[in-house]
Amino acid sequence: MFSLQPRGYVSQFWSWGSPILALLLTAAIAGAIFAFMGRPPLLTVYTFLISPLFAPEGLANLAIKAAPLILMGVGLSLAYKANVWNIGTEGQFTLGAIFGGGAALALPDATSWAVFPAVLIAGITGGMLYALIVAWLRTAFNANEILTSLMLAYIAQYLLIYLVTGPWRDPMGFGYPQTAMFSDTADGPRVIEATNLHFGIIAAPVIAILAWWILGKTSFGFQLRVLGQAPRAARFAGFSENRLVWLSMAISGGLAGLAGVFEVTGTQGQLTTTISPGYGFTAIIVAFLGRLNPAGIIPAGLLLALTYLGGDAAQINLGMSNAITGIFQGILLFCLLGADVLILYRIKWRKSAGARA
Amino acid sequence: MTTPLLQLNGIVKQYPGCLANDHVDLTIDRHQIHALLGENGAGKSTLVKIIYGVVHPDEGSILWQGERVTITSPAHARRLGIGMVFQHFSLFEALTVAENIALGLDNPKDRVNLRDRIIKISASYGLPVDPDRTVHDLSVGERQRIEIVRCLLQNPKLLIMDEPTSVLTPKEAETLFTTLRRLASEGCSILYISHKLEEVRALCEAATIMRAGRVVAQCIPAEKTARELASIMISADLKPAHERRPAPTVGLPRLVLNKLTLRATSEFGTSLKSISLTVSGGEIVGIAGIAGNGQGELMDALSGEILAGKPETVLLDGKPAGHLGPYDRRKLGGCFVPEERNGHGAVTTMSLSENAYLSAHLRGALSKLGVINHRRTNTYAASIIERFDVRTTGPAALAKSLSGGNLQKFLVGREVMLDPAVLVISQPTWGVDAGAALAIHEAIIALAAAGAAVVIISQDLDEIFQLSDRIAVIAAGTLSEPVPVAEASLERIGLLMGGSHTASEAPAHV
Repeated sequence: MFSLQPRGYVSQFWSWGSPILALLLTAAIAGAIFAFMGRPPLLTVYTFLISPLFAPEGLANLAIKAAPLILMGVGLSLAYKANVWNIGTEGQFTLGAIFGGGAALALPDATSWAVFPAVLIAGITGGMLYALIVAWLRTAFNANEILTSLMLAYIAQYLLIYLVTGPWRDPMGFGYPQTAMFSDTADGPRVIEATNLHFGIIAAPVIAILAWWILGKTSFGFQLRVLGQAPRAARFAGFSENRLVWLSMAISGGLAGLAGVFEVTGTQGQLTTTISPGYGFTAIIVAFLGRLNPAGIIPAGLLLALTYLGGDAAQINLGMSNAITGIFQGILLFCLLGADVLILYRIKWRKSAGARA
Repeated sequence: MTTPLLQLNGIVKQYPGCLANDHVDLTIDRHQIHALLGENGAGKSTLVKIIYGVVHPDEGSILWQGERVTITSPAHARRLGIGMVFQHFSLFEALTVAENIALGLDNPKDRVNLRDRIIKISASYGLPVDPDRTVHDLSVGERQRIEIVRCLLQNPKLLIMDEPTSVLTPKEAETLFTTLRRLASEGCSILYISHKLEEVRALCEAATIMRAGRVVAQCIPAEKTARELASIMISADLKPAHERRPAPTVGLPRLVLNKLTLRATSEFGTSLKSISLTVSGGEIVGIAGIAGNGQGELMDALSGEILAGKPETVLLDGKPAGHLGPYDRRKLGGCFVPEERNGHGAVTTMSLSENAYLSAHLRGALSKLGVINHRRTNTYAASIIERFDVRTTGPAALAKSLSGGNLQKFLVGREVMLDPAVLVISQPTWGVDAGAALAIHEAIIALAAAGAAVVIISQDLDEIFQLSDRIAVIAAGTLSEPVPVAEASLERIGLLMGGSHTASEAPAHV
């Protein structure tokens, strides 16, 4: 048997060792599941986690999938640092796509350079306004933001379905639930011509570094951290909790909206009912795996992006369901939360003869 | 002569840095209502926890009905026949009275016919409670009755009541006394913890008075005046005004409170009732009082963590500030040191440098355009550490790595060095060693000498008498008229602390 003993301090080693341990455990557990399914475990884990990197355009696809995860993970890390538990980024992502997509659809023939920035701003606004509903409910009625933000995520999905099957459906689209294609101008420029490498892949790391600076070096970042670590001290210092809730929701929602508009303009070119494979929820894992540190969120976002590619690779090469993406993500979060115990506790092994404490 | 119900001999309990019980003896006879008197921090709670099995003594013996016992846990204490009603109740608001009582019973068999037994007991002891009502709807007095009924169901021989009347209205308290007398007459002894002297005199047949971990007197309360009890309870060896600083040159009023009234925000909070006070530059005003009489609320109302409503209720250097939060009050020259260091005055998980920034960023100009000036912040933290001799590795050390006294020096230093117009300190030297306390006292005196108005809220009367020019007492949310320290006698302050508001007008009354 073993027992857990409080360390009495925060282990820096395990703060960063825990995600790595969690990843190794997850790979082992996934391998065991594959073996149980009668698959060769090593080959399957290789196909899932390694092979996508060497596939044609593997790195480009990785960057495209990582961009929304990093953008949203960064926004969440700021909010979570302040103990503001926005878990509805999926909905804010969707509203960003709807607002940005709506702006693109409203300007089908415009060719000005200003169209794309306008589309991006519309997307940010959409995500931000949607998140501010949550901030308003919390500050005005003390409603728990975990519940309200999650419920609003489902409302957003149905709003999207309504729009693309109803008023915004492409009249030339043979009845498919999709809008007309956006104009090339509204889709924005590419990092490399003739690829779908949109500028979100540049924006994501830049914003991550900016957020790292804000959190560590500015008064605003300091206020977020104080509110999260000692709310009473924040009040003592005169930092307004309500103001910080509004701001952190606005930032995390705005970045989710930005992720959404980059996704639909950059990779899809139209709105459909399935614009996100759960990026908003995966971003929560990214935020925690990156230790709520915007600098750590970049590698975490890349890793979780890999699980999406791995799911596709396993489906194509091994004929498995791409549901293993979700399974892998779930096991990873589970292992991470478990391994995080080591940050505050040490494991003490004891002789089995002893009585349990 | 029968054997006493409970006899404690030479109980010692040592906590790190604090001898909570120093060879304490206590004897409770059958049928007796026995008062345990003492200031906060006198060691009452520790002693009671030892009797109830929550804490185990380092030394000493416990005789229960003449037999030596080691009380291992509260459940063991209850089996012996010891029940306890805590000051703060542990009830589930969403459940009914009967459900709450059922949850608190150790033995599942006790739950049989519980509802009927509750009705029977509550009727026979004059403790009306309806077993089917949800706790949510009940008053504080009714909730306390639930806790008492819960204890009585187990037929206790000793009932411990921890400051039971602190949450009751006078009428509810009267009802409680009737019940307690009745219980005692039927053979259940009562250990009654309080610092309300009149109450103890009226109710209790015997009293043990503690101070600084030791028993300082055992007496029959009815034979003593409240004044005598107060002087035993509060350190009698207090030296009035030793090494007084020269009488200050009093300047203009810098802090003014005009009929500050605040409704308590929580069930266990204290409402502030029309508090008025004027503190001038160069002056130190001490506010004495027993914990929980509104000190926390007063501190929050002064610092702006709770807004006082009308702007004119609080004037800082003549400017209305009642409607301003902590940030704007600092702008007007107010600096504050709250009682609780951990998580209130300081963020323990952050560095000293970050903690310096916490409240000093405005007056210390530690940021520019919203960006933290790390160099200035570190320099400021280092200067506090140097001037106040804070024992630490440097500005990068985490606040929680410091001892309580060193962190307190840092927090006091953080505010004092901002050159405030008004400084309010709650418990300046709580849990601080003598050397650090001296440093803090010197800093406070120097600040006042430089022209600041200083308010000290403290339970330590030595400290209050030593530092203050005038002394006021807060009791049940009301602040007494401040008296110059030369005219303040220990007895008078002690009586005011015990809640006798008539003390100054009619001392002969007691």
